[in-house]
Amino acid sequence: MVALIPYITIAWLVPAFPLVGFLITSLAKNKLKHNQAGIIASTMVALSFITSVFLFFILNSSGQDSATLTLFNWVSAGDLKIPFAFLIDHLSLVMMLIITGIGALIHIYSIGYMHDDERVNSFFAQMNLFTFSMLLLVMGANYLILFIGWEGVGFCSYLLIGFWFKNPAFNYAARKAFVMNRIGDLGFILGIIMLFFTFKSVSFNEVFTQAATLQSGAPILTLITLLLLVGAVGKSAQIPLFTWLPDAMAGPTPVSALIHAATMVTAGIYMIARSSILYNLAPITSNVMIVLGLTTAIITAIVGLRQNDIKKVLAYSTVSQLGYMFLALGLGAYSAAIFHVTTHAFFKALLFLGAGSIIHAMGGEQDIRKMGGLRSKMPITFLTFLIATLAISGIPPFSGFFSKDLILTKAFETSPWLYAFALGGALITCFYMFRLFYLVFFGDQRLSSAHPHESPRVMTVPLLVLSVLSLFGGFLNIPALFGGNSGFENFLHKAVTSKESGEIHSATEIGLIIVSLSLLGIIILLAYRTYVKKSTVPAADGAPSSLIARIVAKKFYLDEIFAALIEKPFGRLSDFLFKSVEVKVLDSAVDGVGTLTSRLGSLVRRLQQGNISFYLFAMVAGILLFIIFILFV
Amino acid sequence: MNILNLFVIIPMLTVGGILLTKDLKQSRLVSAIGMGFQLILSFVLVYLYLKERQAGNTAAMLFTYDALWFPSLNIHYALGVDGISAAMIALTGIVVFAGIFASWKMELLPREFFISLIILASGVFGFFISLDLFTMFLFYELAVIPMYLLIGIWGSGPKEYSAMKLTLMLMAGSAMLLVGLLGIYFFSSPDPHALTFNLIEISKAHIPIGMQRFLFPFTFIGFGILGALFPFHTWSPDGHASAPTAVSMLHAGVLMKLGGYGAFRVAIFLMPEAAHEQAWIFLILTAISVVYGAFSAIVQTDLKYINAYSSVSHCGLVLFAVLMMNQTAMNGAIVQMISHGLMTALFFALIGMIYGRTHTRLINEMGGLMKVIPFLGVVYVIAGLASLGLPGFSGFVAEMIIFVGSFQHTDLFHRVITIVAASSIVITAVYILRVVGTLLLGPIKNDHFLHLEDAKWYERISTITLVIAITAIGTAPYWLTDMINYSLVPIVQKLSSIQLTSLY
Repeated sequence: MVALIPYITIAWLVPAFPLVGFLITSLAKNKLKHNQAGIIASTMVALSFITSVFLFFILNSSGQDSATLTLFNWVSAGDLKIPFAFLIDHLSLVMMLIITGIGALIHIYSIGYMHDDERVNSFFAQMNLFTFSMLLLVMGANYLILFIGWEGVGFCSYLLIGFWFKNPAFNYAARKAFVMNRIGDLGFILGIIMLFFTFKSVSFNEVFTQAATLQSGAPILTLITLLLLVGAVGKSAQIPLFTWLPDAMAGPTPVSALIHAATMVTAGIYMIARSSILYNLAPITSNVMIVLGLTTAIITAIVGLRQNDIKKVLAYSTVSQLGYMFLALGLGAYSAAIFHVTTHAFFKALLFLGAGSIIHAMGGEQDIRKMGGLRSKMPITFLTFLIATLAISGIPPFSGFFSKDLILTKAFETSPWLYAFALGGALITCFYMFRLFYLVFFGDQRLSSAHPHESPRVMTVPLLVLSVLSLFGGFLNIPALFGGNSGFENFLHKAVTSKESGEIHSATEIGLIIVSLSLLGIIILLAYRTYVKKSTVPAADGAPSSLIARIVAKKFYLDEIFAALIEKPFGRLSDFLFKSVEVKVLDSAVDGVGTLTSRLGSLVRRLQQGNISFYLFAMVAGILLFIIFILFV
Repeated sequence: MNILNLFVIIPMLTVGGILLTKDLKQSRLVSAIGMGFQLILSFVLVYLYLKERQAGNTAAMLFTYDALWFPSLNIHYALGVDGISAAMIALTGIVVFAGIFASWKMELLPREFFISLIILASGVFGFFISLDLFTMFLFYELAVIPMYLLIGIWGSGPKEYSAMKLTLMLMAGSAMLLVGLLGIYFFSSPDPHALTFNLIEISKAHIPIGMQRFLFPFTFIGFGILGALFPFHTWSPDGHASAPTAVSMLHAGVLMKLGGYGAFRVAIFLMPEAAHEQAWIFLILTAISVVYGAFSAIVQTDLKYINAYSSVSHCGLVLFAVLMMNQTAMNGAIVQMISHGLMTALFFALIGMIYGRTHTRLINEMGGLMKVIPFLGVVYVIAGLASLGLPGFSGFVAEMIIFVGSFQHTDLFHRVITIVAASSIVITAVYILRVVGTLLLGPIKNDHFLHLEDAKWYERISTITLVIAITAIGTAPYWLTDMINYSLVPIVQKLSSIQLTSLY
């Protein structure tokens, strides 16, 4: 047993390191020489990681469940009093380890990847600022600090998506991401305000203690959880606010790996898992999450089938995997969701960094139709990409198998239909991932102008580390079925309260696994036959295709629907308000008053034009009137 | 000597000093020294204020000073500050200081320019320290009058029209205000020989409810016009667009705050019953201001117009929060005044600096400026982020507190109107990002822009001062909100005691 309190005070160092890194790299950005910014930034994140590991061991050996570190009073207005405080418990530690661990690897990788960029110093400054915000998000001891981090990551994501800001399309993508997130944030902030209104506090400990006394299904809880969910839907890119994420691929690839796969997009999952006590009491919201998650998982997987940009394929797969996490949250399997967050962070970061390595080698080309045959030229990338592809497809013993199977089992416990749909989505995922894999690495090289080569070691070492994690990460949580003890779930159990669910028979469970594995095997073979044996290459963009294919390629016209329902009316309303109300009504009214005054003035002026006889006439008339007045009134 | 008197004396001395100068170099130096002193003095005041409070002084107003100057009407030169006015004075000090440095290159009639500017500033300082309604009104007029000259002489575009429009509309406001203030005076006491203009004394008395109903709209709209209350805001975009940089900064930064401050300190505080009764009308108007201003900002192409409409939106939120009449929301209103004052001053300063380089304010004609003038670009982004309420900057603190406070009203009307107002955070993000995207990012549209120079030292002083203030409030708002909170207690007590006894 170790006393937790004296050690926990160093927790503030975890976000402080990247903040210092940000300050150094941004303020001295014109003075830092080659690679210095990258080295400083990576060191800072690595130091955070080391501190987090230390905290992890301290927490584990202390036997305590959590500790709060209050730094100072943040705000006080009326009865709104919020301290700046960190909550260190099993959930926040898992997230801290992911963020700093994966983050450090991606920072190191970026030293190689961003080597030739002229704004490399700004890049690392922004990456460090992102890491800082993300750490605030997961470490905050109340919803307000969480929200501060939440907005911070959103803003850093805006900066990094638009990193190459000379391209207007990239700027548009960045803006779209920010505005869509803002729509979610509006819901989130209203949710926080409702929380404060209901519980007179936004601190996790207090809110959850008080909420536990409320009845399940209380309308106020349903409202709060729904509002918070709106925020999560924006940040974690679920239907209908997901279209920003594929567009966000405009940013440099390490950004996609860190922000749009491993960390920021999981913020919504984290927030809901953190609020598990509230969500357990709101069955309606849980059902909404099941529907949203499953729909998102399947629809985006289908869209992923027709994408030809390597990063877009991965982006849609991210949205789809996030859908699975939402499904798990809806089923009340919060620790399963966080487990999937963890394994997904491993293999998705690996996939993106691998993609970055490929793009780097192909001289910036991202179209998988133009790649091919990279297997022999980039052996390390090939091997690590294969591991990641197997992991995301859910093939044992890779990490994705354990987390995805956990979610599928939970779905089966609730309803076989849910299981069937979820499995269907997983099969589609497997197909498009292998489609990507075969098109890139097998066959002949289709773009003759590129001279692919293996990436430098600063990039391949992070790939290798991540592939080890993707390979063995699943062993963190070996289910009882395979003789494990579900270590990860038990670990998290102290921080999140998962719903109890009906156990299914282990024979059924084995049966399900056999079914899904054999189907996956068939899918991989099918993809192999199509893209390797027959060496089919997807048609060019303009080629004629069937109606369904067009709908899928157009992402079910969701962008267009969004534009027609929100963007256009929005623009028209502002046009109307300014051009009609402001200019025609209000401004002309003001000018009208002015004109009227001067007209009245000129009327009165006619009385005073210097004509003496008129003055005399007026004087006499006045005297007469005065006399009449005195005499008769 | 009372420290508050210095806030009037220093500007006077500065004006005297400028009269002795010969050219731009000398007059700007004198102004900078004078207003530098004033800035230091503002923070000394905040420090002394906090020290007094810590020492246990619980009087509503500290550092009071009183001199009778018009016995037959019982008009006093009465001064005093609480946490709220001390905060507003600090804001004024910062903005005026930054404004002087933003006018470092004022070539046209520099002496006259700086004199008018500092007279304007002294009016604002005087307003915030006055406890006597009549003196307050005089200072208010002292601040409004130089505006006409400043816009009419040193402005740009249709400056005569704008100066006229602005001055006349504000004068209409003053006329209404005068009716309101005189009415308050005549009903400040049942004894006709004990009538008073003193704010604190009136607040202890009770203005008959019938008179309140009549006087409240005069006072509130009178101040509201200056605070850009819909639909009386149309002076603001034209006025700001035509005004020279420092004048826009001062006007949007502090002068418009007189409106919010007066609406709260005079209209609501002195006539709480009528405020409760009529709040709903003005809540609707202010909620319209918030959303309408934001929507109008979206379609603008001139940087100054964008910021002017954005000010309509943000100042609308001030009045909105004030009308919520609870401690949290009102605290948010004050923070919003300070936050908006700082960031809008920063915006106008930057716009002036950009215009000085590119000779255009139309965003469509610019692009990619981040590449050529990175310092100004980054600061512009910071101002934008503060404006759209990103945590870490002052705007977020204010908005958060306001919406939390507004939600304490449980009825449907307040809920709906709060959600409407809160939706502005999305709209604001749209227009701010649009400006940042077109102005700073993307390709450079004009070869002439390739050789622009980044900020000069005096421009850096001006902008960095404001940025520091914005981030200080954004990252550690406690000292500010706590200072305001303390002074709000008696005000809110008065408001809520009324609420319990009557009306509902």
